[in-house]
Amino acid sequence: MKVLAAVKRVVDYNVRVRVRADGSGVDTANTRMAMNPFDETAIEEAVRLREAGTASEVVAVTVGDAGSEEVLRTALAFGADRALRVESDAPLEPLAVSKALAAVADREQPDLVLMGKQAIDDDSNQVGQMLACHLGWAQATFACAVTPADDELHVVREVDGGQRTVAVALPAVVTTELELNEPRYIKLPSIMKAKKQAIERLGLAEIAVDGSPRLELLGVSEPPPREAGEQVDSAAALVDRLKNEAQVI
Amino acid sequence: MTTYRAPTRDLRFVIEELIGLERLAGLADLEAVTPELLEAVLAEAGRLADEVWAPLNVTGDQQGCSLTDGAVALPEGFADAYRAFVEGGWNGINAPPEHGGQGLPAVVASATQEMWHGANMALALAPMLSAGATTLLQRHGDASLRERFLGKLVSGEWTGTMDLSEPQAGSDLGQVACRAVPDGDAYRLHGEKIYITWGEHEAAENIIHLVLARTPDAPAGHRGISLFLVPKYLVEADGSLGARNDVHCTALEDKLGIHGSPTCTIAYGDREGAVGYLVGEAHRGLKYMFTMMNEARHKVGLQGVGVAERAYQQAVAFARERIQGRRPGGEAAVPILHHPDVRRMLMTMRAQTEAMRALALLAAAEMDVAEHSPDETARAAAQRRVDLLTPVVKAVATDQAVETASLGIQVHGGMGYVEELGVPQLLRDVRIAPIYEGTNGIQAQDFTLRKVLKDGGETLEGVLAEADGVVEALRADSALAGLGDGLAEALAALRGSTQRLLRDGADDALVPLTAATPYLAQAGLVLGGWLMGRAALVARQQGDAGSGDTAFYTAKLHTARFYMRHVLPRAHGYTPAIRGGSDELEAIDDEHW
Repeated sequence: MKVLAAVKRVVDYNVRVRVRADGSGVDTANTRMAMNPFDETAIEEAVRLREAGTASEVVAVTVGDAGSEEVLRTALAFGADRALRVESDAPLEPLAVSKALAAVADREQPDLVLMGKQAIDDDSNQVGQMLACHLGWAQATFACAVTPADDELHVVREVDGGQRTVAVALPAVVTTELELNEPRYIKLPSIMKAKKQAIERLGLAEIAVDGSPRLELLGVSEPPPREAGEQVDSAAALVDRLKNEAQVI
Repeated sequence: MTTYRAPTRDLRFVIEELIGLERLAGLADLEAVTPELLEAVLAEAGRLADEVWAPLNVTGDQQGCSLTDGAVALPEGFADAYRAFVEGGWNGINAPPEHGGQGLPAVVASATQEMWHGANMALALAPMLSAGATTLLQRHGDASLRERFLGKLVSGEWTGTMDLSEPQAGSDLGQVACRAVPDGDAYRLHGEKIYITWGEHEAAENIIHLVLARTPDAPAGHRGISLFLVPKYLVEADGSLGARNDVHCTALEDKLGIHGSPTCTIAYGDREGAVGYLVGEAHRGLKYMFTMMNEARHKVGLQGVGVAERAYQQAVAFARERIQGRRPGGEAAVPILHHPDVRRMLMTMRAQTEAMRALALLAAAEMDVAEHSPDETARAAAQRRVDLLTPVVKAVATDQAVETASLGIQVHGGMGYVEELGVPQLLRDVRIAPIYEGTNGIQAQDFTLRKVLKDGGETLEGVLAEADGVVEALRADSALAGLGDGLAEALAALRGSTQRLLRDGADDALVPLTAATPYLAQAGLVLGGWLMGRAALVARQQGDAGSGDTAFYTAKLHTARFYMRHVLPRAHGYTPAIRGGSDELEAIDDEHW
């Protein structure tokens, strides 16, 4: 089995993001960046499948600018065999990203695409689903356990109110939850080795993907600050306020 | 509830912006370091330190080690945490690739070492002592010893110890009495060593002791001491482990701190004699030992920085949460972080720690140049700086760490004196750092006599001339001019002290010996001022350039200002003691003490 693992570079989850003064987006200049945590579980799962002998090759792919190769290095240090970047200096919308990944899947012919269920920057949760649609493959989203079984995969999915196990025929797209696994501690020799590995590059034009935006961004703003709470004297007063003022009971 | 997060941002700042990666470019046999590689290495080391090592710190303190039938039981989790470190390849971070290391510069290795110590000082002592043994073997062992022992020491699968002290031979190693009797190709050792850090444990398959001992024909004193490699398990020609050697742990010390680190009394040759192999030539053991003293002492300094960082983080976390008292004019109770005297304590902790981190990493970068520069003159100049800065890093960083850990307790108030939050542990742990690897009194003598007076103050003056450049640059910036004036005054004070010691020390050997400790303290504050001055300049530039990381640079600028205005002036307070002479100390009769 060949696995394609898609990873994205995002603002590190520890960083408190700031909105640019002109409201045009989040300020990412000189901000600490890292691999999207959901994608870490995807690459970890891919490498585990190879270590278990289920997968024969793991190819990490990202779509982004030169700086995003940093997360490909991380993917290589996790244990990916090869890494590939679809070049795009401007951030792409989920539709364009899914088309670019579909083009890469056409070239690489993987049996399985693993990716985070969403990226923590825009929380779109769309690319995996769109990708499966472009490819006409089965999909299993929100995976918290993946078990190979003959020619299919059994995937435990997080759903409202519990878990659902589905069987998907390969090839398939699986998007991952944080519960899927605990990403490994990367070893220093792996970091050093990844530094020397080549990264393949593909232009958007080469794969005939139109990266132009389809959405118009009207503005980005901070959520309104939370107002201070208030203490009431008694349970009766609380019930009264909830009933008559907040009108929630 | 103790917290530690590896200070990767400040470590990168020092390496990239204060030292500059270009300083490491072109050094032979070292891996090239890019900002991306540095970030990846520090982030991953930091993750292991924060998530695996740091939570065990309190466990180590509470459980300690125990000895049963010669076997040492470590605190829960220590062996696994050590193995995770070894499997991660961190032990060989700056060992040469031909021995299985990663060949990264000492400055990068030092940054990770600070994290290990900050996360768990007692555990970090295991690789720290191994590193000393590894270096000795690498430099002085013959091919057959290196072949058999070096690979597994570099990987960390085996740990190493440094066996110097005996009950009568502490700072004066000329008194070493342990005997080594020739026996075929090897020797048989008999004797007892004390204070052997990580001398016995089962976290690694084998322990390689590097032991100072005397051969039967050896002259008395320093010149008769040889260095031997004594494995816990003998190693067969094919590398497999053989018989248990006659090396046994007979006691564990009950210590003030670092309870998770087994401090052993080791008996050699109680039965048939411990098999040992001569390292290098006979009678040169002490000389060999001193070739690695710089590294060992430098690592103790980093240990101080690591624990001080943790004390600071813990104190800030507490000060944010603890609501007590009002600000002048305020009505509501505030977190104690908002009280001026608490802020002063926290900033003192932070400023000292950042200054010593910068100095320790700068010294490590000089080690890289001294060892790997293709240019012989550059190597020699860097080595002189390493020699000069090592006692400063060792003594000043550890003395300040003790003060910082103590201030950490003070910030916590009563909660700092009780054990519940894990605050006193940091002070108890770090209190050893001014003592071992040469007491800070010995560092002060080394600095004053051998590193400054011996070359007429030339090497020191070379560094101070660079600091003059920082003064000029600070004065050229109207917002920082006052800091430049403060640094200039401190530099003048240190130069005055040096001149005075050069003049008076020539006639009276007691003058520099009495002045050594205050003189070293003064020098440490001034060298810290030099680097915090540079940090202020970088922070200003980055602020002007509208760099995205404004929070970091703004805080750095405030910290640098505080250092220059509140910490650096302490340097002047040492001047009277440096110049005061030793009359009364010498005059008082022994029976009047």
